[in-house]
Amino acid sequence: MIKQVVFSLVLLATLAVFAYSMKRLWYNFSLTKKQPVGNWGKRFRLMLEVAIGQTKIFRYPLAGIFHALVFWGFLVITLGSIEMVIDGIFGTERIMSGTGWFYDFITASGDIMAYVIVVCILFFLSRRLFIRIKRFYGVEMQPKSKYDALIALKIILLLMVSLAGLNMAYCQMHPDDHVGLFPLSSIFAPLLLSDLSTHGLHVLHEISWWVHILLIFIFANILPYSKHFHVFTSIPNVFLSRLEPLGYLQNMPSITTEIRYMLFPETAESPTEASVARYGVKDVGDVTWKNYLDSLACTECGRCTDNCPANITGKKLSPRKIFIDLRARMKEYAEATRVNGLEYNDGKSLLHDFVSTEELWACTTCNACAQECPVNINHPSLIVDMRRYLVMEEASAPAGLNAMFANIENNGAPWQYPPEDRLLWLNDLNKS
Amino acid sequence: MKDIETYTVPIMADLAAQGKTPEYLFWVGCAGAFDTRYKKVTVAFAKLLLHAEVDFAILGSEETCNGDPAKRAGNEMLFQMQALRVIEMLKMYNVKKIITCCPHCFNIFKNEYPELGGNYEVTHHSVFLNELVEKGILTSDKNILKDKSIVYHDPCYLGRGNDIYEPAREINKSVTDKIIEMPRNRSKALCCGAGGAQMFKEAETGNKEVFVERTEEALNTGADIVATSCPFCMTMITDGIKYKNREDEVKNLDIAELLLMALKIDL
Repeated sequence: MIKQVVFSLVLLATLAVFAYSMKRLWYNFSLTKKQPVGNWGKRFRLMLEVAIGQTKIFRYPLAGIFHALVFWGFLVITLGSIEMVIDGIFGTERIMSGTGWFYDFITASGDIMAYVIVVCILFFLSRRLFIRIKRFYGVEMQPKSKYDALIALKIILLLMVSLAGLNMAYCQMHPDDHVGLFPLSSIFAPLLLSDLSTHGLHVLHEISWWVHILLIFIFANILPYSKHFHVFTSIPNVFLSRLEPLGYLQNMPSITTEIRYMLFPETAESPTEASVARYGVKDVGDVTWKNYLDSLACTECGRCTDNCPANITGKKLSPRKIFIDLRARMKEYAEATRVNGLEYNDGKSLLHDFVSTEELWACTTCNACAQECPVNINHPSLIVDMRRYLVMEEASAPAGLNAMFANIENNGAPWQYPPEDRLLWLNDLNKS
Repeated sequence: MKDIETYTVPIMADLAAQGKTPEYLFWVGCAGAFDTRYKKVTVAFAKLLLHAEVDFAILGSEETCNGDPAKRAGNEMLFQMQALRVIEMLKMYNVKKIITCCPHCFNIFKNEYPELGGNYEVTHHSVFLNELVEKGILTSDKNILKDKSIVYHDPCYLGRGNDIYEPAREINKSVTDKIIEMPRNRSKALCCGAGGAQMFKEAETGNKEVFVERTEEALNTGADIVATSCPFCMTMITDGIKYKNREDEVKNLDIAELLLMALKIDL
């Protein structure tokens, strides 16, 4: 009974802290721009393929297989965690054990995956501690990013070790009459725990149970403040990601209205003054909720930057940095307005104070970043949105681009040739 | 496939005057009309269309920029100004199907024009030519280029942008068996450095030019020919080969030029 009360209080505290974090995030989202979503069937298939199937993570085969194993392991182990929470509240023991083959499946897969995940996490930890992988470094990778990754990995390792301890203690306590299947723990338990008394096993079981469940609660509340928030955000981010081909760049409907009115004043509807507040993206108030969700789904794996032609050739652009900047600027701006009200202006902006024009103008819009991103973040659309602000609000494009714009306006081509010259190649048709 | 003594390319306005509407508009594009090197690709593709007896016409001096470089550079206003004008003109000529050699023009017609009211069946020349080869309308003689090895550079706006990787490779396979791939190919291909309106500006400061990085990768394969299917890629790769002083041994050719060189014309 005491255990139930303590557990329920801890659970309530966990949920309260989590709700507080979500409320803060909700506020951040409320600052962003609307963007409609549709096409649910296609989205569902995309989610099954890219998120559940982990297809894009396999583009880096070795890290890919280890990540996919951890992810799939998490899915089955989560079912077991739900059972632990119910047991904790009601003082039951293995409440789901009445589900027959289903219980055998979740216990057996959870048991095997716990050990598999231990191996995977040891791989990830040693990769971060002993090998210098270029994509884990860069200006945007502050010490926080590094510790963030290491803390998360260590928590996951402890989660799995405690789960293994729990399973082994359970198997050793009930060698012949346990419910569920524990293919690996039932082998390891006699080898490792044969010296323990019945009381010792009971203590180990209780400690493992509490360590495991408390770590889940702590982890869940660290996540919203860590890059590992992708545990929650990546599946929705893939589900809500853009369905158009990567080559597509969104049009600005407000501009269409203006130009239609300009070109065809008799037939077009006149633009309303409210239709255009600002062209492009200057600060976090101009981004869509999807851009912001992208930034929350980013786990800083650096595959985007690793494949960026500008970054490879030493330019300042790092697609990952754009989204880390967006997240950081949102945090700063949201805190400032939460205290001082929405009219507050801290004199800073995402563009210029976080993302420099040099980064934006280095992009070739080649989409290598978006192609690689395992959680379907679209970097080029945000980069071009910031270019839109630079060009249409600040008129501060590089000289070469301004010349190109002028040529298109004057003679309908990016170069300075008259339209008649478009026929000159015909003269070469019959030259051998 | 028809043998031709004098090539004549029909012009949309002339056909309209005769009350005719061709099946296809061949959108030449600005590079196709003005870039000295790339004009040769336009000529090659037009010849292939004429040999294949495709019912097409060009806009000629009426063609204007469809706004792609302006859009990628952030000038949405100028892009839409061009786009709405182009859409009006194509409506006037009742254009339903467009073929183009430029992946950037292809992409913007296919993906961004429909929302503005321009709905066309758009085909990139690599896809169009490959279909003509597959249908047996154009046949190539493998003896002509059989000693040459070819490496193909994927344009971003055809490959990653629109998931079209194989037709250009099929064309290359129809002219030689010596096909080489770069380590970074298909969806992993490295950009030539010209996209996103970089073509029209100085590169930002770095420790290397993107076109040099990509050209080195192509040259390291030891191929005799670097095949491209985009005007901007061609500018970059051709410059890269010159920069590396390899223009005597290695040629940069468009897939249309390769196919024309290997074309089997029955007399």
